[in-house]
Amino acid sequence: MARTEQQSNDKFAGRWFWRYASPAAFYPLAGKIENVCWVLACLLTLVGLYVGFFVAPTDATQGEVYRVIFIHVPAAWMAMVIYLAMAFWAGTGLVLGTRLSFMMSHALAPTGAIMAVVALWTGALWGRPTWGTYWVWDARITSTLILFFLYVGYMALAAAFDDKKKGDRASALIALVGAINVPIIYFSVKWWTTLHQGSSVRPGSSSMATTMLWAMLIMTFAFWAYCVAAAMHRLRTQIIERESGSAWLREAVK
Amino acid sequence: MMWESWSAFWDMGGRGFFVWGSYGALLVAVVAELVSLRSTRKAALQSMQDTHDAL
Repeated sequence: MARTEQQSNDKFAGRWFWRYASPAAFYPLAGKIENVCWVLACLLTLVGLYVGFFVAPTDATQGEVYRVIFIHVPAAWMAMVIYLAMAFWAGTGLVLGTRLSFMMSHALAPTGAIMAVVALWTGALWGRPTWGTYWVWDARITSTLILFFLYVGYMALAAAFDDKKKGDRASALIALVGAINVPIIYFSVKWWTTLHQGSSVRPGSSSMATTMLWAMLIMTFAFWAYCVAAAMHRLRTQIIERESGSAWLREAVK
Repeated sequence: MMWESWSAFWDMGGRGFFVWGSYGALLVAVVAELVSLRSTRKAALQSMQDTHDAL
């Protein structure tokens, strides 16, 4: 085991990113990323809401309620992207045994769960006036609900063990197995023709007015920045919790 | 200004409940997360301080 770890270290030796696998090196960088992302999230939200509510026109068929998609779609995207990132870091932690990877994975989970809730909630409120129902057991909606339960299961499992290393490994498995759900959500509107409509945004073509599309894209970047900032903040808290004995940390938090 | 008045803006073509119910929920979720981020950080720093003081 020690030999394999040595080998994997050799393989990455000299790569710049390897340095940042060390909590001591990543802690200050995470702080910088966090601050930049809070500012970006605020600015992009202001611009996105302005375009979404004061520039984008009324939708010809849905009326004003379509403005919910400016947050519904970004939240749903982030719920999926964060899950993949979480599974990626969990897998990295399992394979390479790097402790920062598990912390990153834990840091992402709560934000991902919140994004899943926001996607489901806003979808329900949009669906009532548009489809005539708050909820339906449609393929995409159901698989997004499962995504939320996977986040909850992941967090419960990570917290269930007194030995943090056991919690890291057990939760990493649920993250990896559950990752299969993400492509199911993504392709659900193609595989099953149930209620949830297909994508309005396709590479190269889109069925939305340009200003509507812009509002949605700007809000997506705002959500992205927010999620990175929240995850970086939580990662730093994780480092404080887990490395509380180290001298460098006592210097860093002064 | 594409809205005739502020009340027309808040009314959202009669769909205000659904639009503001969505944005309101997002606001609540974000505020709750920010509060939780702060309190978890505070607790972590406190427990680190306590361990250090105990030594």
